[in-house]
Amino acid sequence: MSGQVPALDVKTVDPTLVAGHRSSLWRDTLRGILRQRSAQAGVVILGFLLLIAVFANVVAPFGSEQDLRYPPISEQVNRLAPPCIHLLGCDTSLPQHAFGVDGNFFDVFSRVVYGARISLFVGFVTVGFAIVIGTLIGAVAGYAGGWVDNLFMRLMDVVLSFPSLILAIAIVTVIGSGLIQAQLAIGIVAIPIYARLMRASVLSIKERDFVVASRALGESDRGILFRRILPNALTPLIVQGTLGIGGAVLEVAALSFLGLGAQPPTAEWGSMIGLNRNFIFNAPHLIIFPGIALSLTVLGFNLLGDGIRDALDPRLNR
Amino acid sequence: MTTTNGDRPLVEVEHLAEFFPIHGGVLQRQVGEVKAVDDVSFTIRRGETLGLVGESGCGKTTVGRLLLRLLEPTDGTITFDGTDITGLSERDLKPFRRRMQIIFQDPFASLDPRAPIGASIEEGLRIHQIGTPAERRDQVARIMELVGLQPYHARRYPHEFSGGQRQRIGIARALVLEPELLVCDEPVSALDVSIQAQVLNLLRQLQRDLGLTYLFVAHNMGVVEHISDRVAVMYLGTMSEVAPAQEIYRFPLHPYTIALLSAVPVADPGARARQKRIILLGDVPSPVNPPSGCRFHTRCWLRKQLDNPTRCETERPPLRDLGPDHQVSCHFAEELVQVERREELIANAAAVSSARAVSDEEEIGPVELPPPDTGGIFDPAAPIGDDTPGHP
Repeated sequence: MSGQVPALDVKTVDPTLVAGHRSSLWRDTLRGILRQRSAQAGVVILGFLLLIAVFANVVAPFGSEQDLRYPPISEQVNRLAPPCIHLLGCDTSLPQHAFGVDGNFFDVFSRVVYGARISLFVGFVTVGFAIVIGTLIGAVAGYAGGWVDNLFMRLMDVVLSFPSLILAIAIVTVIGSGLIQAQLAIGIVAIPIYARLMRASVLSIKERDFVVASRALGESDRGILFRRILPNALTPLIVQGTLGIGGAVLEVAALSFLGLGAQPPTAEWGSMIGLNRNFIFNAPHLIIFPGIALSLTVLGFNLLGDGIRDALDPRLNR
Repeated sequence: MTTTNGDRPLVEVEHLAEFFPIHGGVLQRQVGEVKAVDDVSFTIRRGETLGLVGESGCGKTTVGRLLLRLLEPTDGTITFDGTDITGLSERDLKPFRRRMQIIFQDPFASLDPRAPIGASIEEGLRIHQIGTPAERRDQVARIMELVGLQPYHARRYPHEFSGGQRQRIGIARALVLEPELLVCDEPVSALDVSIQAQVLNLLRQLQRDLGLTYLFVAHNMGVVEHISDRVAVMYLGTMSEVAPAQEIYRFPLHPYTIALLSAVPVADPGARARQKRIILLGDVPSPVNPPSGCRFHTRCWLRKQLDNPTRCETERPPLRDLGPDHQVSCHFAEELVQVERREELIANAAAVSSARAVSDEEEIGPVELPPPDTGGIFDPAAPIGDDTPGHP
C-alpha cells in the first residue's frame, strides 16, 4: 500500500512508520486467516461466546448462584424443572427457564452463561501460562545448546512421559484442588509442547544470516533472542496455542468434573456436569446444556486454530 | 577513515586456524575435526580490496567470519588496527563491531522478514546507542540514499524487494555504523548477471567515497579481478598464493592458481581454442583428512612433471616471497618464474589434460574447475581478453 505513496521527504513521515511500523504485515496475515472458511466459523462461534461472557450479567436473567425460591424472586419453581420457553409452546402458567432448573433451584441458563466467562478465562490463562514458560524454556535451550539444552529437554521428556490428565491429577493432589490449582496443573502439563516447538524454531532460525548480521552489529544474546529470533518463531506457537486453548478448556473442565477443579456451586461447566451426573436420566438438561456449551467452545478454538494453521503454513497453501 | 596507525595494515592475520569438531557414535564423542582453515596468514591494507578466491569448501567464508569473530578461531591471532581481537570478550569487542561489518551472499536470508527494512538498517545505531531517534532516522535515510534506495522504502518489508534491492539493504545495514572494514561474503553470487555489475559498481563507488577496506570473498575469478587490488587464493583451508590482482592474473606462480585460472571460461572463441587448459585429476580431498605436506600435492600437475618429489608429501610449504608483493606457498614455484621453462611445463600439463579429456569424454566427460554447485556466473563488466593465464 505504500507503493502508491509518492517519494516522501523522510522528515515528514510519521516516526512510527519508519521505525516500528508492522501493521501491514500483521494486517496481511489477519486477512489471510479470515479468508479461511474454518477460521471464519471459529471466529463467529468464539465471538458469540465472548459476547455472552462479557455481557453475562445482561444476558442471564438470574444470578449464577441465585436460589430461585428466596426473595427477591421467590417464584413458584419446581426442583429439576425441565426447560420451559413460552414462545415454543410451554404452558404460560409455568415460570420461564430456557435450560430448566437444577437440583439447587438455580437457573441453568444463567449458570451456563456465566460459565462462559470462567471457561474462556481459564482457556486463555492456562495456555498463556504454558506458552510463556514453554517459550522461555525452549528458547533458552535452543539458543544455548549444550548441557542447558539437554537438561531442559530431558525435563520436558519426563513431563511428556505421563498421560497429561493423570499428571494434572497428581499435581492437583499435591497442591490442592480449586480452579486456580487446576489451571496451574493443566498449564504445567502443556509446557513441553510449547518448549519443544520453540526450541525447534530457534534452532532453525539462529543459523540464519540475519541473526549472524545482528551478532556482527554487536547485539547481545538476549537482544538476538528476543528481537530477532522470537518474532520469527511466533507463527507455529500461535497456531499451537489456539488449538491448545480448546484442549485446556476441556481438561480444566475434566478436573472440575472429577471435583478437583472449580468447586460447587461455582458455575463451571465441567463442575456442573459432574455435580449432576446422577440426574442424567431424570433431568438430562442439567448435563446436556453445559455439555453443548463446552463442545461449542472447543469446536470454536479448533476451527480457528485450523484456519490459522492453513493460512500461515506455506506448505498447505493450495 | 579514522587512521590511528598510519602505515600499519588494518587487519593482520597470523596462523589462523579453525577446526570444527565432528561428533559421532552413541556417546556423541568427538571423532574427528573438519580442518576448515589451517594456518592461514595474510594482511589487509587500509583502503584496499583483498579478493579471497577458492573452490567451494576451501574455507574462504570461514576466514571472513573468523575476521569478524563470528566464529571462535581454534588457533592464531587476528589484529585489527593494532589490537589483537582474538581473545576479547564480547563486551570488549563491541567497539570493534562498529568498525567491521559483513554483507552476505543470500539476500533472501540476510534480512529479518518480520522487520521493516528501516528498522533493520537502524539496528546498528540502536545497538550502539548512537544519536537520538530523529538523528538515527536521518542517518538511515542518508545511508539508504547512498546505496540507491528511496527513503520511503524504510517502512516496507524485505519480501517487497527484489534480490538486488535486498543486497543494497544489506549493504546499507552494514554501512550505517560507518565501518572501516567490510567483509563481502560472495555478495553477488546469488544475483542476476545484470544486477551483479550494479552491485559491484556500488561497492566500488562506496569504497571510493567512504574509504572502505574490503575483504571480498568470491569463487568467481572474473568478479574478483574486477574489484580487487590484491588477490589471495585458498585451497583446502590453506593459502596458496597472494599477489596484486593484475600480477596474479597475468603471471600466477602457484600450480593451483594456474590450473584455476586456466579453467576460467573465455568469451572469445578464438582465444578459447588457444587457451591451454589444465584439468586437475580427481576431487578436492576431504578437509577432515587432508593430504600431508602440501595440501595440493595429490592433484599437482607440476609435481608430476618434476617426477613426484617427496618433499611435497612430507614438508608443508610456507608462504614465501617471490617477487615484489607476491607470495606463494609452493616448494617448486621457482620452476615457473622463468618464462620459457614455464611455457614448456604448462604446455605439457595442458597436453596431458586434453589427451585425457578426449579419452574420457565418452565415459564421464571432462573433470574441470570450478565445481558445479557454485554456478559460476560471469560478470560482463569485467574486462576479459586474450590476456589469459598460460599466455603471459
